Amino acid sequence: MNAPPPPPIDSTALFSALAEVLPKGALLTTVEQMRPYECDGLSMYRRLPLCVALPVDEQQVAAVLRICDAGGVPVVARGHGTGLAGGALPEQGGVLLSLARLNRILALDPVARTARVQPGVRNLAISEAAAAHALYYAPDPSSQIACSIGGNVAENSGGVHCLKYGLTVHNVVAARLALADGQIIELGSEAPDAPGYDLMALLVGSEGLLGVVTEVTVKLLPRPQLARVVMACFGSVEKAGQGVAAIIAAGIIPAGLEMMDKLAIAAVEDFVKAGYPLDAEAILLAESDGTPEEVANEIERIEAVLKASGATAMRTSKDEAERLRLWAGRKAAFPAVGRITPDYYCMDGTIPRRHLGEVLRKIAGYSDEFGLRCANVFHAGDGNLHPLIFYDANKPGDLEKAEAFGNRILDLSVAVGGTITGEHGVGVEKIDAMCTQFHALELEAFHAVKAAFDPKGLLNPGKAVPSLHRCAEMGRMHIHAGQTRHPELPRF
Amino acid sequence: MTDFIEQAQARIRAAQASAAPLCIRGGGSKDFLGGEPVGERLDTGGHAGIVAYDPSELVLTVRAGTPLTEVAATLAASGQCLPFEPPLFGGRATVGGCVASGLSGPRRPYTGAVRDYLLGVSLIDGRGDCLKFGGQVMKNVAGFDTFRLQAGAMGTLGLITEVSFKVLPTPEADETRVFEVPAADAIATMNRLAGQPLPLAGAVHHGGRLRLRLAGNPAAVGAALARLGGEALPDAGAFWAAIREQTDSFFAGPAPLWRLAVRPTAPALAADGVDELIDWGGGQRWLRCALPADAVQALAASHGGHASGWRGVDCRHAFQPPTAPVMALHRRLKASFDPAGILNRGRLYPDL
Repeated sequence: MNAPPPPPIDSTALFSALAEVLPKGALLTTVEQMRPYECDGLSMYRRLPLCVALPVDEQQVAAVLRICDAGGVPVVARGHGTGLAGGALPEQGGVLLSLARLNRILALDPVARTARVQPGVRNLAISEAAAAHALYYAPDPSSQIACSIGGNVAENSGGVHCLKYGLTVHNVVAARLALADGQIIELGSEAPDAPGYDLMALLVGSEGLLGVVTEVTVKLLPRPQLARVVMACFGSVEKAGQGVAAIIAAGIIPAGLEMMDKLAIAAVEDFVKAGYPLDAEAILLAESDGTPEEVANEIERIEAVLKASGATAMRTSKDEAERLRLWAGRKAAFPAVGRITPDYYCMDGTIPRRHLGEVLRKIAGYSDEFGLRCANVFHAGDGNLHPLIFYDANKPGDLEKAEAFGNRILDLSVAVGGTITGEHGVGVEKIDAMCTQFHALELEAFHAVKAAFDPKGLLNPGKAVPSLHRCAEMGRMHIHAGQTRHPELPRF
Repeated sequence: MTDFIEQAQARIRAAQASAAPLCIRGGGSKDFLGGEPVGERLDTGGHAGIVAYDPSELVLTVRAGTPLTEVAATLAASGQCLPFEPPLFGGRATVGGCVASGLSGPRRPYTGAVRDYLLGVSLIDGRGDCLKFGGQVMKNVAGFDTFRLQAGAMGTLGLITEVSFKVLPTPEADETRVFEVPAADAIATMNRLAGQPLPLAGAVHHGGRLRLRLAGNPAAVGAALARLGGEALPDAGAFWAAIREQTDSFFAGPAPLWRLAVRPTAPALAADGVDELIDWGGGQRWLRCALPADAVQALAASHGGHASGWRGVDCRHAFQPPTAPVMALHRRLKASFDPAGILNRGRLYPDL
């Protein structure tokens, strides 16, 4: 799905066709107007589209797609642009389709516990609207105040509570989808387990390659009555990792289970003064939520398990203010690191937790080898590691070194049985690493899925799934016994 | 085990060359479900065994021919379980069939379905190629979730050879309370309680009795029981097993049996000549009735759902077909995984 050179497009004709189906002022064509759309949360990749379309409803989305389909014009859908993998990076000769103005909550049913929303609705806005009914939308990616639900569906976003409450795929029941030719289809339903292929599950995490989501129905959960968090300090990251395994082995699924290493702790303490001990090699945050009885019981057990696992010190929140303060450090980890290095590069591999010690030791080795520091923040419960590589974009060669360092971490994640991306997505950023994780046959199967939905390959071309050609050029192609297939399929 | 894979690949390649259908079969416990099995049988029962299981990772990798009872016993030894409670069907159900049928049990509305616990699936497609989708870790957004696509696909996209599941601790406390209430009140109660922070694990109504199951942390279950009241159900384990395994007396006898999935808030569907067992907190309705298939399907559709002909129903109506554009996507996906259309032909939809 790598982009061919943009076809010669008659942009004047395209603009006038688009202007006809869009409200006044909803088509941006000048460089100044389009500048805010040149990148998403991964700002190292920037590109200007041919134009930006800002439809306000589903009909306009479909109309834009029909025009682009007829003209063979690529379309990149964008929510609020908070993605971290360049999934919303514009296509040079294409239309950037912003869903930001489709921002209405269409229905909220407190009895059935569902909300039907447009794709541009912010993640947190759903929980805010549901709060009156003591309900909430569970997935809480760190960008939840800004990110859109449509983007969450595209990326299968997680959050710090997903070990217990699941990812986007577990919390979305239905969607309306505009296909590349503008046809609107409905996937999933409020009724559980529809017969047939689970296209709703396939859509979640498909990074805008299969269609443009125009409406999403999410599940709402009862808000837990109470939450408390334990902060535990350890003399080594391995010990902290053993603490995590011991909690799970004791039959406890904490609402959140996070780890930070010494460098991350120092950065955070300097920034938000969360009260983390600077002499700890690693800290764990383990949260329990539920009824007061349940939380009291679970916290007691978590404390006992962590003590037995060698925690050198522990602190448990006594009230909501203290809980929020303890979390404030973890939640500010990325900006805190941003204060002590000119630039940082955030990685997102997931590993089986038993390899944590080995992986962190090797990352420390790479850090020495490349001469770049690296802080580690870890969704410890589900094995999702966020190494933050420090670099200076103004220093020649530093970015390349950071990327090489990052790729080494991704290869390591795959080698220990994990994945190159736990929650940020592949986008443009990790497209080459896909060649390491998947064999040619699997990549071809992905291309075939893409072609089943979008035969012309107009939606978000060049993202998420690399062409076999690209993998071959990378020297990373994994082919079993020379097998390739679907030679008939176009490669985008 | 590699022998099995190689033999299965060879058979699929031969079948593809001659366009002869193959009928994939594990324990045969779900022969009744879906369209009539056609073609030569390809038994997966020999491809059994746990591949990897580390309780502290909450991940189990298992070969597809492994009986679910063996999986359950292995997990139970470490205090863990498959939270979606798939039917074991007399011990014959296997991992492959569990995934292919996508069937979940009584806890499904509160813990999720089969597809929610899938982390990875290895399969042999209709060309005889081995493909590995997903993985063994809990968070993984690389590539399309083609492994979740296998749940409920009735084996039409590939022969499943190996599955990785997310598993969870078995609830320490598991209690059931009974309430004498009419169906309409039961549906209202099920929905009201599901909106409250309670450790619900089952909600079934039939014959004027609502059974509510609470499972989880003993302190949470105890507090919830004190709030809810009701009578304790003495043989609760047997009751829920009979619902999960469809062996309750409601399921007995020759009257046609339909499974309807509807909005959980849909009204009671019982009527003259229609007996209804309400499960899944209102989301799943079992009907015994002799209504024509299109009437049952229309009834389900009018409540936001769909109907599956379970037993005693013409198997052409096993699964309610989707809309035409969605069916077109089904055909294109089927053609890409199984171009000759040889795998479990007609099990999901008559012409797929």
